[in-house]
Amino acid sequence: MSVTTAAGVNAERPAALSEKLRAAAQAAAPTLFAVLVTAVIFAVFLFAAGADPFEVYELIWTGAFASWFSLQNTLLRAAPLLLVALCTALPARLGLVIIGGEGAIVFGGLAAAAIGVVLIDTPYVPALLLMAAAAMVSGAALIALAGWLRHARGVNETISSLLLTYIAIAVFNHLVEGPLRDPASLNKPSTASISDHHMIGTIPGTDVHWGLAIGVVVCLAMAVLMRKTTFGFAARMVGGNMRAARMAGLPIGKLVITTCAMAGAAGGLAGMIEVAAIHGKANASLNTGYGYTGILVAFLARHEPAAVIPVAILFGGINAAGGLLQRRMDLPDATVLVLQGILFVVLLASETLRGRSLFGR
Amino acid sequence: MSGDLGLWAVPVAMLGGAIRVSTPYIFVSLGECLTERSGRINLGLEGTLVLGAMSAYGIAYLSGSPWLGVLVAMLAGALLGGLHALLCGLPKVNDIAVGISLMLFGTGMAFFLGKPFVQPKAPNLPSIPLGWWIEQPELRAALEINPLFVVGILLALALTWFLGRTRRGLILRAAGDSSEAVRAMGYSAETMRFTATTAGGALAGIGGAFLSLYYPGSWNEGLSSGQGLMAIALVIFARWQPIRCIWASLLFGAAGALGPALQSVGVTWGYYLFGAAPYVLTLGIMIATCSPTRSLRGAPAELGVTR
Repeated sequence: MSVTTAAGVNAERPAALSEKLRAAAQAAAPTLFAVLVTAVIFAVFLFAAGADPFEVYELIWTGAFASWFSLQNTLLRAAPLLLVALCTALPARLGLVIIGGEGAIVFGGLAAAAIGVVLIDTPYVPALLLMAAAAMVSGAALIALAGWLRHARGVNETISSLLLTYIAIAVFNHLVEGPLRDPASLNKPSTASISDHHMIGTIPGTDVHWGLAIGVVVCLAMAVLMRKTTFGFAARMVGGNMRAARMAGLPIGKLVITTCAMAGAAGGLAGMIEVAAIHGKANASLNTGYGYTGILVAFLARHEPAAVIPVAILFGGINAAGGLLQRRMDLPDATVLVLQGILFVVLLASETLRGRSLFGR
Repeated sequence: MSGDLGLWAVPVAMLGGAIRVSTPYIFVSLGECLTERSGRINLGLEGTLVLGAMSAYGIAYLSGSPWLGVLVAMLAGALLGGLHALLCGLPKVNDIAVGISLMLFGTGMAFFLGKPFVQPKAPNLPSIPLGWWIEQPELRAALEINPLFVVGILLALALTWFLGRTRRGLILRAAGDSSEAVRAMGYSAETMRFTATTAGGALAGIGGAFLSLYYPGSWNEGLSSGQGLMAIALVIFARWQPIRCIWASLLFGAAGALGPALQSVGVTWGYYLFGAAPYVLTLGIMIATCSPTRSLRGAPAELGVTR
């Protein structure tokens, strides 16, 4: 009896694998199509703007991936994107559209810097853990508030999360230019610096800090959480059909608030890593649009935490190449924004192709 | 009576500020109101506002005529609105997500195309000195009304008439309340929504033109700070009534003018915190008016955002 079962499993396994690959290809096809269409539209746009599209694409490749130097630059920019994309991707599993990643980064970075300044004499590991905890709690509070408002008051979470971001940025500016300002920071108001001993180091052999590894691990952990656990199943059920989930007795409010808190914690952690690995203090450099790019990363990854990893690296690369485009081609720094905007629009339009028979099945 | 106003300068500056700051809110909220009454939400008006501001400034600078700038801003807004409507017309495309994407697209395009116009000075729109008979300089300054504010009020009246008293308006409202009913009447809800979203985008474009051509009256990348998004909350607060949009806009304008008004009398503490007043107000209003169990009174039934 047991022999036949084992044989049956063996016979089934390859079939299941090819089935999985096929499903993955089916899911990725409209996205790849959208990327292709975007490349064409953006080329036309560049041509109209008087730039040579081929040269621009070549420069994007050079600036993003062609050399070890540019690849490291790309990975440095991908690190915050990995985490902040989760701020949109996780709640999206429940059918919520949260766009407050920028607020979570700013809050997290501020909390980490504020705590870090106090912990100047604390040993390395506890200091970093406390900074991370402070950042995650403040980011989580911000996004969980949007989730709670949605659940308890029916307030649209897209609007509230963006409003909370604006409020968070105002509080950030108030504190950084007021009570928490380091009097020595003249041109660019900043908080005092955290201890040099508390900076997150680089991965051996590279200039890339460990924040990248943390981001990848968190993305993978969230992928497992959403795919393989009861929690993830419940979350996906709420996203699939809220009414059915309620009938099944799922604690919807708890799921919504927990997921939003995790999302905000990821965003807050992104801010902490930016502070503890790059800037060493909180200032306006935290508020440079990673949160908004993260929204696009999440959508392009179809809100799949594991898929966030390659997409974040792609966008890290596009951002990294932005400077090169500015210097070599004299294109405005907003060129990257235009590319992202076109991609986002085309990507959503391509949703209409989803589910149509692309492979003749 | 030309003496020092003391602390009275704050409400006076807020009155003037309310009229100035509220004008973009009026246009964006009327545009959003029109769009939402047809049963669709456009979250992308923030992008429309910025693109409108850039194109108005650019055209005013190149042609020397600010009014031509306003017209082009309208066209640019209509284009973005039309794009939103086209995309949302496709099956399985989510209007909230399309709004976010157009917000990024519109701002990206505006920053790209507007790069050459950050430095030069374009001619601004003229103002109407309603307070010419007052000697008190602060009060007189507060009553310098911009022509677009007047246009906005007239537009609100016209929209009220259009929605309530015309056949087209009736069909548009029907599209917002029940697409089946519109189909039964022999009209297409899609066409109505396309028209309403395009027109709404054009109005938001005018709001943008105000920002760059009157107050603050210059073009830079930090020009709009969420007015396009706040308009959505404002429309909810106004219960989808154009006239109430005016009152709500004035309230938001006053909140936005709080920070600069306090600064004008020497209160510099908490400048950024007071600057956040409109966001807090928006959030507070949404918390107070929304409910998890019932849809909002006056809300178009086809609208997803209030459910």
